[in-house]
Amino acid sequence: MSATTTYRTCPRSGLQFENQAEKLIKANAVMAVLWLAFGGILAIGVVLTRWPAIHWLPADTFYMVLTAHGLDMLIFWIIFFEIAVLYFASSTLLRCRIATPKVAWLAFGLMVIGSIMNNVAVFRGASSVMMTSYVPMMAEPSFYLGIILFAVGALIGCFVFFGTLVVAKREKTYEGSVPLVTFGALTAAIIAVFTLLSGALIIVPAWLMSLAVMNVDPLIYRTVWWALGHSSQQINVATHVSVWYLVAAVALGAKPMSERVSRVAFLLYILFLQLASAHHLLADPGVGTAWKVVNTSYFMYLAVLASMLHGLTVPGAMEVAQRQKGYTKGLFEWLRKAPWGNPTFAGVFISIIGFGFLGGITGVMMGTEQLNLIIHNTIYVPGHFHATVVVGTTLTFMALTFYLIPVLFKREMISPKLAQWQPYLFGFSMYFFCLVMMGAGTLGVSRRHWDMAFQGNALAYEWPGAAYLMMALVGIAGVAAILGGIIFVYITVGSLLWGRKLEPGKSSAAFTPVPRAAPTTAAQTYGSMGFAAPGTFALAMIFLVAFVLYYFINWKYLSTLWGLS
Amino acid sequence: MSAILPPAERLWYKHPIDRVEGTWITIALVWCLILFFMMVGWHIWGKQNLSTETYRTTPEQFMTKAEAVAAKYTVRTETEQNIPVVAPPPGSDVYMLGRLWNFWPILELQKDKTYRLHLTAMDYNHGFSLQPANINIQLVPGFEHVVTVTPNQAGTYSVVCNEFCGIGHHQMVGRIYVK
Repeated sequence: MSATTTYRTCPRSGLQFENQAEKLIKANAVMAVLWLAFGGILAIGVVLTRWPAIHWLPADTFYMVLTAHGLDMLIFWIIFFEIAVLYFASSTLLRCRIATPKVAWLAFGLMVIGSIMNNVAVFRGASSVMMTSYVPMMAEPSFYLGIILFAVGALIGCFVFFGTLVVAKREKTYEGSVPLVTFGALTAAIIAVFTLLSGALIIVPAWLMSLAVMNVDPLIYRTVWWALGHSSQQINVATHVSVWYLVAAVALGAKPMSERVSRVAFLLYILFLQLASAHHLLADPGVGTAWKVVNTSYFMYLAVLASMLHGLTVPGAMEVAQRQKGYTKGLFEWLRKAPWGNPTFAGVFISIIGFGFLGGITGVMMGTEQLNLIIHNTIYVPGHFHATVVVGTTLTFMALTFYLIPVLFKREMISPKLAQWQPYLFGFSMYFFCLVMMGAGTLGVSRRHWDMAFQGNALAYEWPGAAYLMMALVGIAGVAAILGGIIFVYITVGSLLWGRKLEPGKSSAAFTPVPRAAPTTAAQTYGSMGFAAPGTFALAMIFLVAFVLYYFINWKYLSTLWGLS
Repeated sequence: MSAILPPAERLWYKHPIDRVEGTWITIALVWCLILFFMMVGWHIWGKQNLSTETYRTTPEQFMTKAEAVAAKYTVRTETEQNIPVVAPPPGSDVYMLGRLWNFWPILELQKDKTYRLHLTAMDYNHGFSLQPANINIQLVPGFEHVVTVTPNQAGTYSVVCNEFCGIGHHQMVGRIYVK
């Protein structure tokens, strides 16, 4: 290959950025943050309308804004950022040139055009069909076409990532296996290919249906659509778990406890996470019991097992690193002495705990075939996925962005004090937001509903007072979280525009090969009772007890309902 | 910094497992199996399992059957729209449909008696959310879902649509009485 390029070694992190890859990572990350900012503005409309005392937007605007909020946050913000992470995990971590940069720019262009086209369709007002766009309810053709273009772009991005791995292997920029973070990103990319192809399989027919060319069965649509809808959240899980390992490494110098455990856990994601599409069909007609039980449980919860492993090994690796630094008193000195003032570390730790306790446990509740009856389509569902996608993915990506501002964008962060507080404000208000939303959902309040008072309806249902209280708290917590989001956007965009320029570091025409990690020491001289990470193990036990109790409380609740068979 | 570096050992799958991890894997796996068999067990011993009995239908077919039952067992009408209140005998087939933007008809059932409740959506997807019991079932157009229900408490129940179905979605609410 005659590709001439340069490699910049960042003096602050030691990371090596290839010129084209660096530009692509920046472009994708910037587009991601722009969509996050726009989706955040839309969140104001959603939150202030569902807060019963305010009930701000009129019904048609509310449903339009809610449709756009879902798409801009769940799809456009997150996938743009994930493409940036894929390029980072391949080109930067493996110190190699990015494969086919021109094609990568084409992918970026398609994603930009697709995302804008989709939003234009929504804001023209005739495509308020929610993100799920269940047929036979129809949006404008350009709504679907926008998603298709975006998905094609993202798919090309995944193949650029695969190509970059091949380049690194062939040009021998590293020896042995790829780093764990790259391995995790690889699982995310594989899941992404499956997800985007499933999406094509159903969004293309829906687009043709909007052009009145063909007809799509509503139940088939739901079944296949969720292979896109749920699986796209599995890309997020694989990606943000990879970023957790990355941040543990760069913030604390932590190394994985066991490469074998962490990597096998990622492989379990590839094998089983996809089955979770069934979670959305548990209350549907025409789906058999055995199919539901096998799929909804990811074949005996093997993907849940994978997440429980990552949930232990990431903080466990942090604990081991801290103990090696001498923080060995009691169970939790390592945690008390962690760098809580570093927003990258704090964001990730708040994300891990919230993702496990709030997102993970409730996800298993909803995905249990019978328990789904008391949760399906209530506001419990958005309560759950804000815990997984916002506390899990978005907060992690925010934390990583704080790290990338000096390293990738070569700018000094403006308002570092404000940045220190951002993960706490955003993270904890989202914790509370999710909790009260799930509280309202437990009382039955519907999701995607403009007026819980059913004003003017002779058959109006009167929700209990507690439901109104919960929805008011959803409003308050939502406003606090949006404030946290505004601070994030202000710091990020502000640093890029006005932050002091930092020294870029030396550029050279050739890459420096990646060194190997130091070998694992066989004998461990830290920890207690033969446990290298006793504190993490204690936290895991607390998690397990919470999980078990909440699980059986829900069965108890279910057992008091009408008999159904 | 080794999560971002290639592992020292050439074969990562021979990397040793720590005792913390080994213990946790065992505990987590046992819990996962309990989660799985709980679902299976509830089908054997539990009383709340959603039926899978489903037929393909059309709005006309379903309406014909629903109207026949309504004609036979209507006991009164309610609201300005004169929605019939249908009270079929225990054990019989009862019909309820969701459409833009109401449920039809109103049902009157008896406590602790069992009915075969036929559900469908006439146009778009709708949601059958029985409140305050909080039982939630998806209604999909083209499919007739037959759910066997046994109300266990007397009272006035509302059926709230909880699947977004257009601009009148938040006005879509029906009723079931249990005596």
